[in-house]
Amino acid sequence: MLRYIARRLLLLIPVILGVALITFTMLYFSPGDPAQMTLGEQAGAEQLEQFRELHGLNDGFFVRFFNYVKNAVLHQDLGLSYRNRQSVFAEVALRFPTTLKLAGLGVLVAVAMGIPIGIISATKQYSLFDSISMIFALVGVSMPNFWQGMLMIIFFSVYLGWFPPSGFTNFNQMVLPSLTIGTSTAAIITRMTRSSMLEVIRQDYIRTARAKGQKESKVITKHALGNAMIPIVTVIGLQFGYLLGGAVLTESIFAIPGVGRLMVDAIKMKDFPIVQGGVLFIAVTFSLVNLIVDILYAFLDPRVRSQYR
Amino acid sequence: MAKNVATASASAPVVADKKRNQWKEVWRRLKQNKMAMLGLGILVFMVIIALSADLLFPKGFDDQMISRRFQLPNSEYWFGTDNLGRGILDRMVHGARVSLSIGLFAVTISIVFGGLLGAMAGFYGGKVDNIIMRSLDVLLAIPSILLAISIVSALGGGLFNVMLAVGISSIPGYARIVRASVITLKGQEFIEAARAIGASDKRIILRHIIPNALAPIIVQGTLGVAGAILSAAGLSFIGLGLAPPNPEWGAMLSGGRQFIRDHWPMTLFPGLAIMITIFALNLLGDGLRDALDPKLRN
Amino acid sequence: MSRKPLLDIKNLNVHYITHEGTTKAINDLNLALYPGETLGLVGETGAGKTTTALSMMQLVPDPPGKIISGEILYHDQDLTKLSEHELRKIRGNQISMIFQDPMTSLNPIMTVGDQIREGILLHQKVDMATATKRASDMLEVVGIPMERYNEYPHQFSGGMKQRVVIAIALSCNPEILIADEPTTALDVTIQAQVLQLMENLKKDFNTSMLMITHDLGVVANVCDHVAIMYAGTVIEHAEKHMLYRTPKHPYTQGLFGSIPNVEENVDRLKPIMGLMPDPTNLPTGCTFHPRCPHAMDICQVEFPRITRLNDEHWVRCHLYSADEEVSHE
Repeated sequence: MLRYIARRLLLLIPVILGVALITFTMLYFSPGDPAQMTLGEQAGAEQLEQFRELHGLNDGFFVRFFNYVKNAVLHQDLGLSYRNRQSVFAEVALRFPTTLKLAGLGVLVAVAMGIPIGIISATKQYSLFDSISMIFALVGVSMPNFWQGMLMIIFFSVYLGWFPPSGFTNFNQMVLPSLTIGTSTAAIITRMTRSSMLEVIRQDYIRTARAKGQKESKVITKHALGNAMIPIVTVIGLQFGYLLGGAVLTESIFAIPGVGRLMVDAIKMKDFPIVQGGVLFIAVTFSLVNLIVDILYAFLDPRVRSQYR
Repeated sequence: MAKNVATASASAPVVADKKRNQWKEVWRRLKQNKMAMLGLGILVFMVIIALSADLLFPKGFDDQMISRRFQLPNSEYWFGTDNLGRGILDRMVHGARVSLSIGLFAVTISIVFGGLLGAMAGFYGGKVDNIIMRSLDVLLAIPSILLAISIVSALGGGLFNVMLAVGISSIPGYARIVRASVITLKGQEFIEAARAIGASDKRIILRHIIPNALAPIIVQGTLGVAGAILSAAGLSFIGLGLAPPNPEWGAMLSGGRQFIRDHWPMTLFPGLAIMITIFALNLLGDGLRDALDPKLRN
Repeated sequence: MSRKPLLDIKNLNVHYITHEGTTKAINDLNLALYPGETLGLVGETGAGKTTTALSMMQLVPDPPGKIISGEILYHDQDLTKLSEHELRKIRGNQISMIFQDPMTSLNPIMTVGDQIREGILLHQKVDMATATKRASDMLEVVGIPMERYNEYPHQFSGGMKQRVVIAIALSCNPEILIADEPTTALDVTIQAQVLQLMENLKKDFNTSMLMITHDLGVVANVCDHVAIMYAGTVIEHAEKHMLYRTPKHPYTQGLFGSIPNVEENVDRLKPIMGLMPDPTNLPTGCTFHPRCPHAMDICQVEFPRITRLNDEHWVRCHLYSADEEVSHE
């Protein structure tokens, strides 16, 4: 198992390098001269040249990419923000826990809603509950996250005054953003849980369990759920990535000081190193989450486990 | 060898015939699905409205008049007016053109490139497969909205770049689907037969494999249009997509954000338009999936 | 000779009701299983054998399956009328079932030992340690070393999996074992081993068995009585030798070919002209009449009643109901 994890970690390296290549390329081709952008309009030609020399901006594409990666790995350095000349790495890292927390809460909301509703829908297929929750799930998938956030602000903050429309420090502030970011994922997990459970319930081993005289509730929890969870876990892992992406929008609506908001502000200021730094950070996290999901797989499924022994 | 040739020439029309019947059968099954037909109906309605926008709403999407701004829904402006006195409905209908075409073109881009990459990977296997799929793994490691943000922030906004960014960001999904279909199809007899009569690789991919991998692509494509419209709206919302006064629905929402506390129609209606469109596409996509593969139906 | 059957199915009707139509899976089926005996239930695919077995377990999937009418008598109680709670005490405890495909009958994420132990814990008042011990013993009984208790189904071959399924079924020493084509999914060489194992265990545990099969070789080897099924009903029910010597129903005669012989190796069903009728659209009268070489006018109109030829042999066929010499009562 350890060897498997080690191998997977090694395989992660080319993927992350690839992601870095993409973000670096985008940065390389983004409009504006980095030296000018960093130093500002009033910088003289000599100053600009000095800056270029210092930061290796006169080198070719591949040399610069090599340095970009080297600096990122050795010095946690992803360049300077054009806006305030702060370290991009530090700026992003400072706000990263907030984004992670938001996405985590979103997953929590989604799992807490999606899995139970999905199970009940599957066990009571074609019932009223099933029909209603499937329609709600479809609506949930169809709503743009950011729009839902805006509606919630209008309704729960402006109209009812129950929750504050911004911030992310206390529980009350976290309710609306977590619901906003979690809803569509909840809908997806509901649909996935339902179809996965329906698939599993039809299997012969469920009939075997019933033939043993096992209680229906136990048949569901002990035999069906464990098997049905295997594809659901994959979906949860993938959704975590979308949530990290969705955080960009949600944070900007609720004025949450995370990486997403940093990126959106940076976009407006044309502060491209911050934008690409944020993308890189989130992509690396997403890859790690997927690795964890694969390991979790092995815990859930003995067939997978024995492959890696 | 001779036997293979005979099989190929004899079975080709049969296969084509079977295919046609299969689509008829799919359509018959789809028609029975009320929800899918509802989705299709909504979409057809939206497309018609979007196409006849100039006739129905001749004022266009940028008819400003400060004196009539911030109107609530009334008989003249069904969905009210915005901060510059433009009819929200007028803008939405013109915006439907933009949003729907972004969805369609972005998906076309991903299907064409994803399809070709996937077909090549599946068809040639080995090294080609490895290189293509590992590169796509890299794209997959970046959540699609972030990839789109990354691309648009480098290329700049505007209709074409948004389509391109959204399209590129969902290439890997299509490539995987096509690759999987190709691998299953590759072993089948009629491909062997085509090869035996000396068809070129290009011909086999274009004439035999792609038509046969069509079913899953259609389903994914329908759902993909929905995803593309959402992504584009998200990009515009954070100021990366289409700039004002463009009536793209996400851009309209972005414009309404400042007035979220005071003038709800600017927030409600454009979002509703997005939601209904996505909802309809999802209904149709689910219906198509069931119709194309009844085995999968729950 | 008139012993009391352990399990007695009387005029059972089971339909599968979907919006596409009603499938009449079981139609006026009668079946009797006597204590300590093995009853072979023989018929073509789609004749309703598995539905019959599932009805005995009261596990017909509902929806779409519905037991429309009839009785399944077991120890003076009608299984169709018992509550779910009462049925659970019987399932796996007094009546057990072995399913057709061992590949899919075991839960892939539970160890085989735990899957055997589950039934023991449910039905026997024992603690965990004792249950584990008994489950290990059951593994040994079916010829699997108990060291493999903690292994998962994917680590076993098909034949071994079927042994595990047998162990699960016999773990609570049931009175009745229903085996639904237990060997069709297995290799020919393994089939014989598994059948032999079941035979031995049936004797050791003194279990009555319903053996569902389409393999007349299996019937000849292991059964005491045979029920022949066609289109959801039993058309002939007899002691094995009687059936092999004097098959009465034209369908049975067709199955055995012209000269049936219990000693002769009749392995497979011989094809009979025509196909099994579509269960959503059964022929009127006797469901076999369109294929029957002896069909009469009455066969198209009236569903034949049971004609008792003797204590150990009855048939559902108009050829015999008119014959007063053989029809008693």
